[in-house]
Amino acid sequence: MISNPFVPFAPFAFAPYRLSGTVYGVLLNHAPALAALGAKANEAPYKAPPKAPVLYVKPRNTLAAAGTQTQLPVGVETLQVGANLGMVIGRTASRVPAQDWASFVAGYAIVDDLSVSHDSFYRPSVRFKALDGSCVIGKPVPLERAPNPDALAVRVWVDGALAHRTDTGQRIRPLAQLLADVTDFMTLAPGDILLLGTSHGATNVRAGQRVVIEIDGLGRLEHTLVAAGAPHDHPMEPHA
Amino acid sequence: MKRARVAYAGAFHEATPHGGGLRLADGRVVAEDAVVWLAPFEVGTIIALGLNYADHAKELSFGKQEEPLVFLKGLGSVIGHRGQTRRPRDATFMHYECELAVVIGVPGKGIARADAMGHVAGYTVANDYAIRDYLENWYRPNARVKNRDGGTVLGPWFVDAADIATPVQLNLRTLVNGTVTQQGNSRDLVHDIPALIEYLSGFMTLNPGDVILTGTPEGVVNVNVGDEVVTEIEGIGRLSNFIVDDATFGR
Repeated sequence: MISNPFVPFAPFAFAPYRLSGTVYGVLLNHAPALAALGAKANEAPYKAPPKAPVLYVKPRNTLAAAGTQTQLPVGVETLQVGANLGMVIGRTASRVPAQDWASFVAGYAIVDDLSVSHDSFYRPSVRFKALDGSCVIGKPVPLERAPNPDALAVRVWVDGALAHRTDTGQRIRPLAQLLADVTDFMTLAPGDILLLGTSHGATNVRAGQRVVIEIDGLGRLEHTLVAAGAPHDHPMEPHA
Repeated sequence: MKRARVAYAGAFHEATPHGGGLRLADGRVVAEDAVVWLAPFEVGTIIALGLNYADHAKELSFGKQEEPLVFLKGLGSVIGHRGQTRRPRDATFMHYECELAVVIGVPGKGIARADAMGHVAGYTVANDYAIRDYLENWYRPNARVKNRDGGTVLGPWFVDAADIATPVQLNLRTLVNGTVTQQGNSRDLVHDIPALIEYLSGFMTLNPGDVILTGTPEGVVNVNVGDEVVTEIEGIGRLSNFIVDDATFGR
């Protein structure tokens, strides 16, 4: 597949060895998040709850390494933290049977899918999801480090205080089923990352704050937010 | 200049038009159907516009959109000229969308409208397929409609920006099995190329190889297995695609 020369991530020690592909996020895969919409999910403009996975691309301008300083856009006071389990695709994945998922997933990465909080999901809201540096990706770990990806504790710390405690469970599509349903119509390539979806109750962060996301077995991902116009390192350059 | 990227006899090549075929950079002259055509440039982020021709918006029963309707497509959906795109057996309305694709050259953020065309490297033809049966009202148009394998056809040629006069006013048309089914002109864009570059670069850095699929005029019709769909833009090229069935993929 076409490689992405703009992603200067450090190589990691298992195939596919580098994150060269596309990052896909999924909306409303956490059952409590859909439940929180209540009757709205059946009313206009939605008219019915989603049937297929609701996907979006985190384009390459959003990709950033751990330690990055993500800049808030002018006029935006907070960003919503999107703590995600990301599955790193290891083999070309087309029409994957759910029970074969482990043959196609090389490992996992903690991903913070930051967005401007929005409560209408009718249109793709690219200007809320595709901000520079808004997809912070942690160092991938191999599959064996988290044998039960659908039951991992997740903790989000903001400036050292625990802001959100959740887990990778209660997904409308658990990891294997998500992989199967997505690859039924779109092939994923080695180096792509498919996110499992953010939990309901995500926290918001402001300029100057430091975010740490821990997912059991995957370690921790740390990064900071800076104000619009503040001097900062380019989001696509990795920090030590 | 027009350039293509093709695979031939064990290698990738850059090629230029030569009669009805191509001349590879190394001098070999080959027929159009002797090569595998790839997307004619190294594709970065794919940014697509919906409802960006007033007549098409009306065709789909939408009023004028104040903010551009933008969605992103993944690299996995890209195929080149003379490729195959699958029509699922349960689909009743799968349609093409002939679009002028604008490729970014000079990167930028916060690009003013007046400077926008200076960031354009060139153009190609796009066919941004949709299967309307799968439409849902969540992040619409949703991925199952627009992000399918074979859903983003690009090519055949990358045309340098310097070769196309601005403002860009090119005739677009689609032919299904030789019959014209869609016609328009890029002068009718609701949000024109400078407006799109200004809007997008306002919140995201645009990088070389990023491509904006600028929308399609009215005249989208259903296509069937066995159809040859040709999306054509004057001065840019004639992009062909073949609709095939589930059985071709062992489904």
